[in-house]
Amino acid sequence: MRLIPREVESLWTLFTAPVIWAGHFLAAYIGAAVFCAKQDLLPFGFGGVRAYIAAITLLALAGIVLAGFLAWRQWGFGAEDPPHQGWSREDRRRFQGFATLLLCALSLVAVVFTAMPAIFIAECNP
Amino acid sequence: MLTSSPFLAGCAGIQSALDPAGVEADAVAALFWVMVAGAAVIWLAVMGVLYYATRRDRVVHSETFAGRVILWAGAILPTLILTALLAYGLSMMPRLRPWDARAAEDAPLRIEVVGEQFWWRVTYHRDGMEPVVSANEIRMPVGERVTFTLRSADVIHAFWIPSLGGKMDMIPGRENTLTLEATKAGIYRGPCAEFCGSSHALMALAAVVMETGAFDEWLARQAEPSPGVGENEAGRAAFLANGCGACHAVAGTEANGTIGPDLSHLGSRVTLGAGIVENSKAGIGRFIAETDHVKPGVRMPAYRALPDEEIDAIAGWLKGLE
Ligand code: HEC
Ligand SMILES: [Cu+2]
Repeated sequence: MRLIPREVESLWTLFTAPVIWAGHFLAAYIGAAVFCAKQDLLPFGFGGVRAYIAAITLLALAGIVLAGFLAWRQWGFGAEDPPHQGWSREDRRRFQGFATLLLCALSLVAVVFTAMPAIFIAECNP
Repeated sequence: MLTSSPFLAGCAGIQSALDPAGVEADAVAALFWVMVAGAAVIWLAVMGVLYYATRRDRVVHSETFAGRVILWAGAILPTLILTALLAYGLSMMPRLRPWDARAAEDAPLRIEVVGEQFWWRVTYHRDGMEPVVSANEIRMPVGERVTFTLRSADVIHAFWIPSLGGKMDMIPGRENTLTLEATKAGIYRGPCAEFCGSSHALMALAAVVMETGAFDEWLARQAEPSPGVGENEAGRAAFLANGCGACHAVAGTEANGTIGPDLSHLGSRVTLGAGIVENSKAGIGRFIAETDHVKPGVRMPAYRALPDEEIDAIAGWLKGLE
């Protein structure tokens, strides 16, 4: 068993990080909304929501860091500078790796920004 | 000076978020100024770089150096600045919308405001008192946290007294809660802040912040019929004879309609017709005779067919209801 996935040649890996970002966003907002609508029925307080958001945030960040590492590897660990606009297969691979890496950075920031309200907001406000 | 004064006029007065008179408004103003300062610094830095890049005797930098500038100044620094501003803004949320469900529920003063096309129905719930009904004006004591229960009778309106705090929508079928604490006595203005129909721009309210003692005296007087009810016999008779009482209530008379604003103490309100007409005998007369001109789309028929003396008498009686 390999610890780090083998490199795959597919366009789909480009979307890993944005998909994690979208999933994290939905999980955070829907989770908080459901809690606030049903809080009378639930056995825990808003602290539970914050812990939940902290957990999914760590999970999402870990996923994005892993995707970022794979992208960095696909890019050849920065052996060559962009823009990788030649016709070769190698150029295409490097281009995709670099683009994926940038999307990972964007998604990382986005996930942190999505989670930040949970640091400051401590209750449901009708 | 001359060119900037029209803009500076927006920075003060009875309806300015930049001239705060409440705890929440203070926070809004602070947030605004921090953001303005941040934006100014960023703007100056960008202009500085622009100038540097367009100088005539410019140096050519290596590609590595340029790449590093893009990474640090174009991506990392803006991200850090945005993070700081976001954290600052979020850290203010609890102060902008102070919220404590229990405290709000049994607040010593709760004011219920219902938005209607194109006026405000206001009911005061003060500890140890029967509810007191009024309209188109909010009065509250200085230095006391007041809970507002906001509702709508028809379409979406929004309740916003910029001098005192942030804005909150009034949504049909929903009850929104806002709490405000005024820090300076005075008269402020709150416009309806969500388009609600043809006279939306003519829907405002006066917010009068009073010393606590004066407020309680005022509220006690509002709970009783106005002494003016017994004066101006002819005006009262004309008011009742023309069916005004089907829509309007006046405490101490048989008029008990609830379709329009309660007029029991109309004479002592700061404005007339939801913040748009001067509250004088002439103003009231004009509102009765030309209602649809003063306020297009209004839910009150214009009484231009009434003889002038009758309108005059009604207006005199209503103005006397203090
Ligand atoms: C069909 C119901 C109806 C009738 C009848 C009616 N009104 Fe009104 N009136 C209203 C409504 C609704 C408003 C609120 C208008 C607005 O500002 O949008 C109003 C507003 C007013 C106001 C301004 C109140 C304020 O708070 O500033 C006055 C004064 C007034 N009416 C006087 C009269 C008089 C006098 C008569 C009888 C001659 C009369 N009304 C008959 C519905 C009615
Ligand atoms: Cu409105």
